[in-house]
Amino acid sequence: MATVTLTVNGKSVTATVEPRTLLVQLLREQLALTGTHVGCDTSQCGACVVHVNGDSVKSCTMLAVQANGAQVTTIEGLATGDKLHPMQEAFRENHGLQCGFCTPGMVMSAVDFAKHHKSPTEQQIREWLEGNICRCTGYHNIVKAIKAGTEAMGRTA
Amino acid sequence: MSATGIGAPVRRKEDSRFLTGRGTYTDDINRPGQVHAFLLRSPHAHAELRRVDTTSAKAAPGVLAVFAGADMQVGGLPCGWLIHSKDGNPMAEPPHPVLAQGKVRHVGDPIAVVIAETRAQAKDAAELIVVDYQPLPAVVAGEDALKPGAPQLHEQAKGNLCYDWHLGDKQAVDAAFAKAAHVTRLDIVNNRLVANPMEPRAAIGEYDRASGEYTLYTTSQNPHVIRLLMGAFVLQLPEHKLRVVAPDVGGGFGSKIYHYAEEAIVTWAAPHVGRPIKWTAERGESFASDAQGRDHVTHAELALDKDGKFLALRVATIANLGAYLSTFSTAIPTYLYGTLLAGTYTTPAVYVEVKSAFTNTVPVDAYRGAGRPEACYVIERIVDTAARELKIDPAELRRRNFIPKDAYPYQTPVALTYDSGDYFTTLDMAMKAADYAGFAQRREAAAKRGKLRGIGIATYIEACGIAPSAVAGALGARAGLYETAELRVHPTGSVTVFTGTHSHGQGHETTFAQLVSDRLGLPLEMIDVVHGDTNKIPFGMGTYGSRSLPVGGSALVKAMDKVVNKGKKIAAHLLEAAEADIEFKDGKFSVAGTDRNVAFGQVAFAAYVPHNYPIEELEPGLDETAFYDPKNFTYPAGCHIAEIEIDRDTGDVAVVRFTAADDFGRIINPMIVEGQVHGGLAQGIGQALYENAVYSDDGQLVTGSFMDYCMPRADNLPSFDVATHATLCTHNPLGVKGCGEAGAIGAPAAIMNAVADALAPLGIGSLDMPATPERIWRAIAAKTMPQAA
Repeated sequence: MATVTLTVNGKSVTATVEPRTLLVQLLREQLALTGTHVGCDTSQCGACVVHVNGDSVKSCTMLAVQANGAQVTTIEGLATGDKLHPMQEAFRENHGLQCGFCTPGMVMSAVDFAKHHKSPTEQQIREWLEGNICRCTGYHNIVKAIKAGTEAMGRTA
Repeated sequence: MSATGIGAPVRRKEDSRFLTGRGTYTDDINRPGQVHAFLLRSPHAHAELRRVDTTSAKAAPGVLAVFAGADMQVGGLPCGWLIHSKDGNPMAEPPHPVLAQGKVRHVGDPIAVVIAETRAQAKDAAELIVVDYQPLPAVVAGEDALKPGAPQLHEQAKGNLCYDWHLGDKQAVDAAFAKAAHVTRLDIVNNRLVANPMEPRAAIGEYDRASGEYTLYTTSQNPHVIRLLMGAFVLQLPEHKLRVVAPDVGGGFGSKIYHYAEEAIVTWAAPHVGRPIKWTAERGESFASDAQGRDHVTHAELALDKDGKFLALRVATIANLGAYLSTFSTAIPTYLYGTLLAGTYTTPAVYVEVKSAFTNTVPVDAYRGAGRPEACYVIERIVDTAARELKIDPAELRRRNFIPKDAYPYQTPVALTYDSGDYFTTLDMAMKAADYAGFAQRREAAAKRGKLRGIGIATYIEACGIAPSAVAGALGARAGLYETAELRVHPTGSVTVFTGTHSHGQGHETTFAQLVSDRLGLPLEMIDVVHGDTNKIPFGMGTYGSRSLPVGGSALVKAMDKVVNKGKKIAAHLLEAAEADIEFKDGKFSVAGTDRNVAFGQVAFAAYVPHNYPIEELEPGLDETAFYDPKNFTYPAGCHIAEIEIDRDTGDVAVVRFTAADDFGRIINPMIVEGQVHGGLAQGIGQALYENAVYSDDGQLVTGSFMDYCMPRADNLPSFDVATHATLCTHNPLGVKGCGEAGAIGAPAAIMNAVADALAPLGIGSLDMPATPERIWRAIAAKTMPQAA
């Protein structure tokens, strides 16, 4: 067993894990942060995307011990109190989600995208989403949401 | 139209929890003392189990119990629809054991379950189970399974045949072909698909010794159906001691309708280990155990007269059902397929024969559209082929054969009666939006860039809200097909709707609340919609086949009628007026022609605090339940137009434009409807261009992960141009038709017709789905550089 200490959504946490424990397992099973989802076993679907030290990361591709000392933000840490983050609000306004399962990963990935693209094209958004699979929306409204969310983040930045 | 009523694009009530990570999916639930199950599954497609030795696994760290087939003597998983063959004999219905009994019949067939303190321990211990397999020859294709000498799966299914079914007037069809001026023939494959909702299946079984009650949390589209099937057929548990909860469910697309072995295993095992047991599929298990979709091989023939009028359609299909009968598998290639083969046309005679086969593959059942995409694909591909052969514009050929606008109700030659529709208008709308007239120029411009551009039309009709129960029962359904709703008005006037439908992305919490807001004049904040728990909902058949609004919404309307009628009696008493003079509008009960009124909330309060109340004639309370059994299917229809470009050098297909014009009847929330269309189109385009469940000859699923099975990504798809035109359903109170499956029904044919159009100048005939770069490149190479082919 190994001990890891990391900051999750602004709070310092320490946990004892088996070395094979994935970051997503630590988040879901030990820290009860079940907003981060597991949709596949080959790191394709992106339902588990979180931010590690500010970058979007598939938390199923990382061992919990690799996150020792890191700053991790999950979907639960994105809103400020009851006020949704502009990207969350854009997904709601543009009907960018249906079943909600891929949504946390989509939103976390989109927030990272927005940091690097101030006025993105549809094609840039579609290419960025290559690592996030949605089975419900056909991506149409997700693309609209990310465009709107990116622009909103630009306005509040 | 109010801002929250029928027709308003209300933003969804459920989104706040999903966007903040507060959804509750089955795997998010952790019960006190919970342990974990892992299933050992067969690596062989077909094998005898000579020995299953669990001794070492039982001794492994953390293991509480290991059960194999011999340990779990319970009922088999039942099939919900009895089909009769054309000779009158009932279908072959071999047993479907929960854990393999002596033989495995597909890769992924469960053999044993290990229950341990942690999931990792259960998985580790499963490796210690010793299984002595005697591999047997396997058969994976439906047509191969029906050949003499094929490996046999079940003693009860001679020649691997489940049934040999037919529908329609064979003599009339033969006579029409005899006098036809032209006959178009087509051989097509409807490729096998994996539904792949993003949430893998999961189940938690729990037993409470104090009450004797079992609880199953499961990723289901229809918890009451699971309670009935598992309780009555598999585990023999009475309904009042079995609670099934389907909490937030991350997509279904049909694959979460069925009762699966894992649900029965965790429920059955819970009292044996005295702990709640969780099982969650890894994606690889989803590929090996979720019921798959489609898998038809079809020969079709269309007879036309000299003017291009369709005289008859003759169809012969082999449907692959996989290794066992999944819950509704038998109905899909029969009553949900053959009955749709008239399509949107006046074809006077249709005859279809379907042979369904057992193979060493994962069971096949309904997947978004279920039978109707397969029917649409047959019709729309052969109509397009006929248009090309006869050099008639494909839109014009369709117009010549559409059912006229004034012909409803229209009786088809394959059993259905269409209540309403207008295929001319949706065709015109789609052609205009797609700039069909300007296509020739775009094709020319593309050719200058070295691209092959094609356009494809598909019109479709589907039958939704399967019904009525009595008719379905006469055709072999072993369940009713009604829906229920309870409208509980609380003393201070807020309401809770309990619906037997289930939302797993469709947004019922919003749409159903809009129905209530519209009728009762309440703000959305005062309306909650509850679904997915057999202890809360009176009963329900769940959500599939685009039935929630036409059937479940209609039940809610009936419940609201009852509430309003009782409310009028209460209001008449409060207002000292005759009940016949009471009107209800905008949330107020009024005496007609006066300004005297009482608000809905006052009536509710009076019902629960009956101090001034007609107690002699009326019970207190305001809580009404309704069951609604539909009189007919609903018939959504429409037109999809795809425009694609093919890269000649790579064979890659780009969807450059996609237009849909759909008739869903009355629309409650246009934002949600558009979203449903988008999602359906993506799955339809996925089938046409990307997705394929490929089995090797020895029965290994080659495309068994997201690395091999091509799920459509954002950069594979265009933005969609969607619009609607409404002709109202004539037999349900809302006039609604259902929108969930339409996209997946029309899109495959539209795309493949566009591919055929692009390749026709090279003399390339029909290609099968998925039109991958490899298939297209090979077809082009065979024509343009024969030495490479």
